[in-house]
Amino acid sequence: MKIAVLVKQVPDTATRIALAADGASIQTSGIKWVLNPYDEFAIEEALKLRDAHTGEVVLVSFGPDRVEETIRQGLAMGADRAIWVKEEPSGSAEMDYLGRAQVLVAALAQEAEWDLVLVGKQAVDDDAAQTGPLVAALLNWPQAMVVLGLEVDARARRLKVIRELEGATERVELPMPAVLGAQRGLNVPRYPTLPNIMKAKRKEVRQVALADLGLDAASLADDRRVVVEGYQLPPPRPEPKVLTGDPAEAAAELVQLLHREAQIL
Amino acid sequence: MNFDLTADQSLIRDTVKDFADQVVAPGASERDVTGEVPLDIMRQMGDLGFFGIPFPERWGGSGGDTVSYALAVEEIGRVDASLGLGFAAHVSLGCSPLYLYGTDAQRERFLVPAATGQYLAAFGLTEPGAGSDAGGTATRVEETAEGYRITGTKIFITNALHAGYIVATARQPEDQRISSYIVPAGTPGLSVRAEYQKLGMRSSETCEIHLDGVAVPRDLRLGEPGRGFRQFLEILDGGRISIGALSVGVAQASLDAALAYSQARRQFGRELAHFQAIQFKLADMAMEVELARTMVLKAAWLKDQRRDYAKEAAMAKLYASEAAMRASLEAVQIHGGYGYMRDYPVERYMRDAKLLVIGEGTSEIQRLVIARQLVPQ
Repeated sequence: MKIAVLVKQVPDTATRIALAADGASIQTSGIKWVLNPYDEFAIEEALKLRDAHTGEVVLVSFGPDRVEETIRQGLAMGADRAIWVKEEPSGSAEMDYLGRAQVLVAALAQEAEWDLVLVGKQAVDDDAAQTGPLVAALLNWPQAMVVLGLEVDARARRLKVIRELEGATERVELPMPAVLGAQRGLNVPRYPTLPNIMKAKRKEVRQVALADLGLDAASLADDRRVVVEGYQLPPPRPEPKVLTGDPAEAAAELVQLLHREAQIL
Repeated sequence: MNFDLTADQSLIRDTVKDFADQVVAPGASERDVTGEVPLDIMRQMGDLGFFGIPFPERWGGSGGDTVSYALAVEEIGRVDASLGLGFAAHVSLGCSPLYLYGTDAQRERFLVPAATGQYLAAFGLTEPGAGSDAGGTATRVEETAEGYRITGTKIFITNALHAGYIVATARQPEDQRISSYIVPAGTPGLSVRAEYQKLGMRSSETCEIHLDGVAVPRDLRLGEPGRGFRQFLEILDGGRISIGALSVGVAQASLDAALAYSQARRQFGRELAHFQAIQFKLADMAMEVELARTMVLKAAWLKDQRRDYAKEAAMAKLYASEAAMRASLEAVQIHGGYGYMRDYPVERYMRDAKLLVIGEGTSEIQRLVIARQLVPQ
């Protein structure tokens, strides 16, 4: 099986986010960048499929210089090679989800015979959950997102997928090739072994420029349909109220507060 | 000058850190109480290639360097110093002698399984009458028709009960010189007990070894005869880097705990962290952690460059272990009465830190080692 995993580099969830001066982007300096956690489930599933059915796992990512570190991490987990569409720093408008999906699809189109495209069901930076569905639509392939379970019948080229719904699961069947979005619970991602970390730097990371794909950043940005107008940080948490004094009075006051302010009694 | 880690070093550190937080940290406090050696975790560490970091792939290693190894020991030691000690002793004391002095056949047979974590490895140097004064070694070896026969007692030996082999030093009768031998587990006459009751490092395996006329075949002598003294001095130089790294981990853990507690605990209407008396303690701890780590990594880097590193390794071990002792004492102090209780991890850090200023050469011995490099003998 030839499997592509679309990977994205995102800020570590422990990062304290600060807004940039324009209010419509975040300050990127001082951020610790990591592989999107949902993408780890996608990579793990791809590796398991490759090991069961033979074939190869190819990481595909679109991003600036810093993305190389994330790609190496995926290679250290065991992916065979990577295609890295390099994003040049631009002072102009950003492309939207559709623009970025077009870039990834153009990168996939450089090679043939993909059996599966796996993605994390969403990236934890903007939580948009757009890449999987958009890539499937552009490829005109079937898709299943929020995947909790996967069975592959390689001979019949059919997939049996368990999807998570609100408080329920759904079983669907679809043909290959398809786009699948990995959910937490699909598997337990492996740690990269240290020999694999050392071997990762010898694996192929093919760098591709947007121009090589017949695309350019400015027109993709001009064609965008979604524009981020602004970000707002959540309001600061109010100071906790500490009740002191006579225990009986404090308890009575607590009940009152739970009734009037918290409205849970 | 360049103080940045390479991409490989960063990724190794991040991987070990993640493993430490997810797999090692949860049971560390409980193991301190029960004294249980986490063999299942050590097996996982072997599978992930942690034990082979500084050795080439040909010998089951990961092909990394001493800097990466030091970072890994620090990260394990940060959450569980006992396991960090078992890790450091296995690699620096157990595996290194085979890598440095073993024949290819010996490396194939013993280093490959040890570096890949199929078993642990131990170094039998210390004796009841010979600590850092290893010249006082009383274990003796005699040549026989088939090889060698070794008799003696070794004490305070880490990992020996689960070791696949023990490298033991012994004195030759003819010239009183010391040689080292590979003693495979299960050799008749070899008995190992792990019954010490310890102040700290309670879930690391510390053993007493009796060698009662243990027969070792000729091909298991390690290196040239009579070279044992020189060999173990070199092994101990390398070991100091790992104990330094382990100490940085304990110091960092103490700082992390003190910082978190002093920001959560309120007295006199303010967080503890807002009192200058506490801030000064935190500032000193943070400074010493940084200095200790820098010195450990410098010694590791020198070793990787194949330059002399004995003096720097002793400095790193001395400074980092004493920094860990001070940091853990202050962490307990900042926690006040709670710090004295087992509910918080800082009393464990304090008990563990005490071993660091003793094991693999006390602070006093480190000062002797440094002074010897300054003042020609």
